[in-house]
Formats: sequence, structure tokens, C-alpha cells
Amino acid sequence: MPFIPHTEAEVRAMLATIGVESIEDLFDEIPADLRSSGLKQVPDGLSEMDISRLMHTRADQDSRTLCFAGAGAYEHHIPAAVWEITTRGEFYSAYTPYQAEASQGTLQLLYEYQTMMTRLTGMDVSNASLYDGASALAEAVLMAVRANRKSRTKRILMPRTVHPAYRKVAHTIVHNQGIVLEELDYDPQGGHIDPASLPTDPGDATALVIPQPNFFGVLEDVHALTDWAHQHNMLVIAVVNPVSLAILTPPGEWGERGADIVCGDGQPLGVPLASGGPYFGFMCCRQDYVRQMPGRIIGRTTDLEGKSGFTLTLQAREQHIRRSKATSNICTNQGLLVTAATIHMALLGSRGLERVAAASHANTVALSDKLAALDGVHKVFARPGFHEAVFRFDLPIEDILRALSAQSIVGGVMLMDDYPELGNCLLVRATETKTVADLETYVSSLQRISERLQAKASPVQPKMM
Amino acid sequence: MSNIPQELRFTKSHEWIRREEDDTLTIGITDHAQALLGDLVFVDIPEVGEECAVGDDVAVVESVKAASDVYAPITGEIAAVNEKLADTPELLNQDPYGDGWIFKIKPADENDYDGLMDADAYQEIIAEDES
Repeated sequence: MPFIPHTEAEVRAMLATIGVESIEDLFDEIPADLRSSGLKQVPDGLSEMDISRLMHTRADQDSRTLCFAGAGAYEHHIPAAVWEITTRGEFYSAYTPYQAEASQGTLQLLYEYQTMMTRLTGMDVSNASLYDGASALAEAVLMAVRANRKSRTKRILMPRTVHPAYRKVAHTIVHNQGIVLEELDYDPQGGHIDPASLPTDPGDATALVIPQPNFFGVLEDVHALTDWAHQHNMLVIAVVNPVSLAILTPPGEWGERGADIVCGDGQPLGVPLASGGPYFGFMCCRQDYVRQMPGRIIGRTTDLEGKSGFTLTLQAREQHIRRSKATSNICTNQGLLVTAATIHMALLGSRGLERVAAASHANTVALSDKLAALDGVHKVFARPGFHEAVFRFDLPIEDILRALSAQSIVGGVMLMDDYPELGNCLLVRATETKTVADLETYVSSLQRISERLQAKASPVQPKMM
Repeated sequence: MSNIPQELRFTKSHEWIRREEDDTLTIGITDHAQALLGDLVFVDIPEVGEECAVGDDVAVVESVKAASDVYAPITGEIAAVNEKLADTPELLNQDPYGDGWIFKIKPADENDYDGLMDADAYQEIIAEDES
């Protein structure tokens, strides 16, 4: 560990002063059966030179591709001003704003972020962000269990149309607390959770999770699902795409009462794909539940002289005050990415965001039409979607994707592993970043590849002289 | 010197208990506790009908500087809660033994009340705190 400033002699001197034999002894309060046995699946460390080389190779793989893959992370244009401002020293190096009097800039920005998120989602309060969409869903589940006093069972109804990675992360985080994630299956025609298929008596369940759009890009029947959940005393957890909220009904207006908790991943707002992260999670809720919401919350108040200012508030929920009784073990937020997202939203404005959403939707519809017109390609779900769609291919997907990537095209995301019943299917998205020429490139490449693959499969091969 | 009404019972965790005529027990936190906590901003009250065992954390009182659990001094069922605390948590500071009551328990065993500490014993405990 080359960046720790203490020499071995200094460490020995410190241990001797406090009367301890070794650093290991300082951890003797932790019971033996709770200790980690080491991270066996993590390979040995690399030198800085080797790691640098590895990362450059990986980065090269991802650059200069025409990308049609979504599945939770979406390529949108980020105006140059966003990261120009975000990487200014004042924002870049700002740390935890516990000392309000020295952090008004950061706090104001976070307060504006919270305001924008409540407007987008139609909810009363927002926190200052969580790690990512998947853990935000896990936190929302934990929050629903705390907040829904009427329910005793800790059963959460989780549609299969929720992002598979989100479901796995939520399971990892909540299952040791006796919370059960019960799967709801989707309608094979529509690709959504059919409200008519929901039981008339689901018993005591704590919450229903509703994705919008769902993992397949399909739009769920959010009003019917929300009302059904509320009729049966469940809380509604909405998992949403923030850009889609510019043109879809916000969760605060779903059904009669609106959703209770809203979460999702904020990556589409000014955060680059960056080979998978970092992104940030967002969470909003109704005023009634604010004390159960995890994460930092910034409030606006007046100081002793009556001047307006910002500060961290409702800190009694957090672990630096409540320790093991806190709403969550999170003690931070994704400040830098939230800064970028706030500046991005401010620059685009509500109309700009609407145009991004509309263009993404239009491009996906155009791409879908072109793809469905090809031989051997079939659109799987009939219901309308936002900016992604699922296509079934007659030829093996792996071969197609490999051939496309040789042309520097990322064709989409395979669904077979998480949805084996869908078989040879691909999840494809187009955003405002794609031109008509791009869509043509994708489709014509696909066409050529299909012809080539089919020719290979032909039993009659020409003799080579 | 904080106020310790002689007719009440107490716990080490600074709850006071009053036996009502219908044998329910009214519970709140003592003057000593509210003074230590400071201005109260929120009280998280339990639901009527909830069962509780002695020692369960049943409510939370939150002040500007700390959040503290309130424990059930006796096993039983929550019979009533002070709804006024939702809008005016400061009642707890102003009148901790009167309007600032938090919840009432219907005890599972009425005799448990006799095992609770009296005012003199509580006086000794906080004398150590205050010295």
C-alpha cells in the first residue's frame, strides 16, 4: 500500500505506545465466525504500469463504436459545458458538507438537484442521491418495510420486468433481513405485468415495485397497478428512467394517490456511459415518509441573522447519529455526478429534456420499423415502449453480435441468460444521438451479416479450385 | 434539580409510568430526560394495538441534537397514543408529565407495575447523573 505515510518503525512505535502487539489485535472484538476469509476470487494486484496498460486496452474496446445497447445505461448527448463546470476545482474537490457555513455552494447545488428531481417525479421530497439505481431499489424496499406499518409480512412483489441486475442487488441487500422478493411474471404478448392477471386477494404484502418503462422498454399500465396495490394496503415503489419522465406521466400522478417512493438511476442525466460507471441513484418520496428515507437531505433555512441558507437536515435518520438504528448504512452521496446531472438539467431545461426524450423515442420507433422489416427479425412485444425494444432473431444472436462488433457496432444486449424463455432475443435502443445514417448503417450491416451467416449454413458449398 | 412527581414510577432509561383508574399505564419521559435532549422536533409514536415486551423500543424521540429510543417498561399492548405530539412535539419539553405523555399500555400482567422503581430510587439514579 504505497500511499500510507507511516513507516514500519512508526507503526511499531504507535503499537508500543498503546500496548498492543500487532494491528490484527485491534480487531479482536469481531467474532471469529464473522471474519472474512479473504477475497478468494479477487486476483493479485497489478503494478501501476500494468493496470494502466490493461485499462487503456479496455477503453479502446469501448471507444469509437456505434452503440445500440441500453439495458439501464443510456447514451445521451452531454453538452460540453456540463463537465467543464463540474470539473472546476470548487465542485470537483468539494467533500461532505457537514460544516454548512463552509459549504453553501455545494449545498445550494444539491438543494437545486433535489428540487429538480421532485418536479420530474411529481413527489414531495428527494434525497441528495444514492450510489446507483440498483442499490436505490434495495433502499426503497427497506424503506417500504419500515414505512408500511400496516403490513407484517415483509413480502415485496417484484415484477420480472424490473431490471435483472436491480433484482439481484436488491435480493443480496435485503434477504438477510427476512424480506422476501416475490416474482410477478409478465404477459408474453405485451411484455408487461397484466393488471388482469393480478390476484384479487394477494394477502398481506408490503409493497409493489412498478418499473416504467420496464426492462424490455415496454410501458406498464401504471395507473391500474398503482390503484391495485393501494387497494390492498401496499406501498408503491416506482423504478423510473429520469429522461422518460419528461414525456411520461410522473409517478406522483399514477393512479388515485400516486406512487409512494420513486427511485432509479440518474445516469441518463449528464453522466457518460464510462464503461459501466460510476452512476448515481435517486430517491424521492411523499412527505409522510420523509423520516424513513435514507441518504442525505438538504434543507433550506434562515440563520441567526435571518439570512437564507442551506444545510444538511433530518440527520437523525443517518448513521452518524442513530448508528445501528439508522435508516441505512449509507453516509455519502454521488456528489460529483449529481453536480453534472444538475447542470445538465439546468442547461437542457424542461423543454430540452422533452426534446431528448421525444427524439430518443422517435429514433427507436424508426429503428424498430426498419428491423422488423428484415427477414428473420421479429419484434417480440406488442405494447408501446419508450426507447428500447426486444427483437427475436432466427440466426444465433452471438454470431450476429460478434459480426456486428467487428464492424464497431454494439448491436444490443442479449436476454437469454436472465430470460431463457425469450430465447434468441436482443434488447435494442436508439437515443437522440443516432442519425438516420446510423440507423441505416446498423440495419444494412445486419442484413449483410444475416446473408453471410445463412450462406455459411447452406449445405452446398462451392468447391475451391 | 429536575421535577420528580412522588406518585409516579420510573425506569433507568428515564421513562415515567402512571397507573390510571382503568389499570392502563400512561408512559412518558421524565423532566430530566427532556432537559438532556433539548428542544424536541419529532416523536415517532407506536400504533395502537401493537404488542410490546418489556424493554422493546416502542417510540423514538428526536431533538435538534439527538434521537433517543423510548422503551416499554412492561409487557402489554399499546392502548392509546398521544396524537398531539405529531404536530406539537414541544409538549414533551413543556409538560413532560401531563400533556407530553407518549403512549398508554394495557399490561399483560397487572402485578408487573409493582416491580417498577419508585420516585426516591429514580432520584438517586439521576443524582449520579447530575453530579
